[in-house]
Amino acid sequence: MNIRRVFGKFNQERIVFTLAVILFVIFSMTLNRFLTADNIVALLRSVAVLGVLGLAMVVVVLGRGIDLSLVANMAISVAWAIQLVNTGTSVGVAMTLGLAFAFGMSLVTGILVAYAEIPSLFATLAMATFIYGFGRAHLITGTDVVYLPHNIGWIAGIGQGSFVNIPMPIIVAAVATLIAFLFLRFTKRGRFIYAMGDNFAAARIAGIAVRPMLVFQYVLAGCIAYLAGIITATSVEAMNTRIVNSNMIYDVILVVVLGGVGLSGGKGGVRNVIVGTLLIGILLNGMTIMDIQYTVQNVIKSLILLLAIVIDSIVNPRDEQTGQQGDI
Amino acid sequence: MRKSRFIPFIFGALMASFLGTAAASADDMNDPYRQPALDALKGKTIAYLPISVGFDMAEAWGGVTKLGADRYGMKFTVQDPNWSTDAMAQAFTSLIAEHPDVIVTQNPDLQSLARLLKQANAAGIYVIQVNMQGAVQTDAFVGPDFIAMGEQEANLMIKACGKDSGKSGKISIVQGVLTGGVSYYQVQGIMSVLKDHPEIQVVSSQAADWDASKARAITETVLQQNPDLCGVIDVWDGQGIGTGAAIKQAGKQGQVYFVTSGGGAQSQCDALADGTFSAAINYNAEGMGRDIFTAISALLQAKQAPGTLKFQIYSPSRIMTKDDVKAGTCWDPAQYAKLLR
Repeated sequence: MNIRRVFGKFNQERIVFTLAVILFVIFSMTLNRFLTADNIVALLRSVAVLGVLGLAMVVVVLGRGIDLSLVANMAISVAWAIQLVNTGTSVGVAMTLGLAFAFGMSLVTGILVAYAEIPSLFATLAMATFIYGFGRAHLITGTDVVYLPHNIGWIAGIGQGSFVNIPMPIIVAAVATLIAFLFLRFTKRGRFIYAMGDNFAAARIAGIAVRPMLVFQYVLAGCIAYLAGIITATSVEAMNTRIVNSNMIYDVILVVVLGGVGLSGGKGGVRNVIVGTLLIGILLNGMTIMDIQYTVQNVIKSLILLLAIVIDSIVNPRDEQTGQQGDI
Repeated sequence: MRKSRFIPFIFGALMASFLGTAAASADDMNDPYRQPALDALKGKTIAYLPISVGFDMAEAWGGVTKLGADRYGMKFTVQDPNWSTDAMAQAFTSLIAEHPDVIVTQNPDLQSLARLLKQANAAGIYVIQVNMQGAVQTDAFVGPDFIAMGEQEANLMIKACGKDSGKSGKISIVQGVLTGGVSYYQVQGIMSVLKDHPEIQVVSSQAADWDASKARAITETVLQQNPDLCGVIDVWDGQGIGTGAAIKQAGKQGQVYFVTSGGGAQSQCDALADGTFSAAINYNAEGMGRDIFTAISALLQAKQAPGTLKFQIYSPSRIMTKDDVKAGTCWDPAQYAKLLR
């Protein structure tokens, strides 16, 4: 078919990248002050946290899993760390304890998925509810927004500082992206993740320690989510645990899926997350400049996602190989 | 018999009757109105159902009401729907079935609970609406007069950004939930004043859903688009923290005049002191808690059928700036959070 031949090279990642470029051009021409350095920086800054969470999600998705507990883990662990600082614990100890909480919870998630063999969708859904409930009942017992104290020290710079006029969140996100890319592409463990996602049984027979690797994926995702939480909390000067109830986790899945990482595992990489994040960032920034209400913005986001997936299924229809694996 | 023999008896009888009347009138010196009032309150049940127990004002309202309830031997129950309107409607329905004497609630928006509020009154339960008014009037509403507050905020903006200030006249409004009473009525008040002042231009009026991160993202973009922005009004200081953070990080603190409003928790004083807020309207959530209990006490003593007496109790508010912040000006929500656990 003609379309296939002409656009055969267009996988979802390229489609989304083209869409992003088209939107960028349209906005630059029609919206006032879109194409200024300040606006581009604001655009990148607003999606820096989403990008870091996307990295956490992609580590798990590549191994044919999904982690719905990222936002809960991030919110509760960071809110608890800040609360400890507020009640007198030293900053270093409090931050370490927060990281240990995120580590511990994601360890439990990993064990549930790897050793108890509960499908990751259900295990992480349950863990998200557990983390949020446990956190709000026993750890964050005051208001659900924990304010950043003024004496928190240099950590506040992660959200509020800047380096050569670029805000720190963007730099932290860029460094995290680079490290994730190098890890997935060039280390043994990274290749193992791809192998497990592509064909789990074959990976096990080939001698990869699949269960410890599964646990490792979730722990790594949890720790990256903690970093994203630190960026959020220091940017807004508060950690709002209510984000667990919001659609944020679906925005993270959106960024990953939009960029072309197949939920069936083994396909994709960090570049897909970057492309997905860019499209969402351009879209959100443009819509805010056009003064479109947040509720309408959600509708437009979902329409763009549907558009990208529909184009992808026309241009790259399911065949024997991809059809077998399913989506989750 | 000699008469003098009876004198001690007569004297004794006179003394006894004198003491008796003295004792009887000592009973009469007790306050006759106190006991009926205490009896009207004792043993009654108050059910508290805010939008969430997780934010500072709700903790103050519930905590202060609970202190009153404990003092007069009343039962006090708390339900926490955690910002979910569905959970709130469900909890309200089950409360109507449980039939407490008073329900103290808060409307997430104008319409969601309207039918249920009417049902509760019809079922014989007093209903007190706090802070966010619904479309239906029940026994009492305790909250600030948000329309007047909006007018105050607009006037502050006109003073800071209007004709005589030499500034650009551009302002931004950060709303909460579009149909939530706090947001909706403040905006009404603001716009009613601004329509007579064409020199003030509202360049953005977006909803931040009571979330500081969204408020931050919105304000950052608005500042980006309008570098000469003169003022920002945020309808609640809980999300105003995010708006203020965006202004600070754009380096515009001091250039942009930022007004918000809230219940006077310690975070408001801290934000005023460090310059995040230029001015804040404090409607004192502790005082609102006291008003709530006063309304409950009055309704229970009046013994009218629920829905007969209907009144609006508007909380007083004051405009605070950095100079008004002293030790003890604001209150600490943690003490009330502990009470409600």
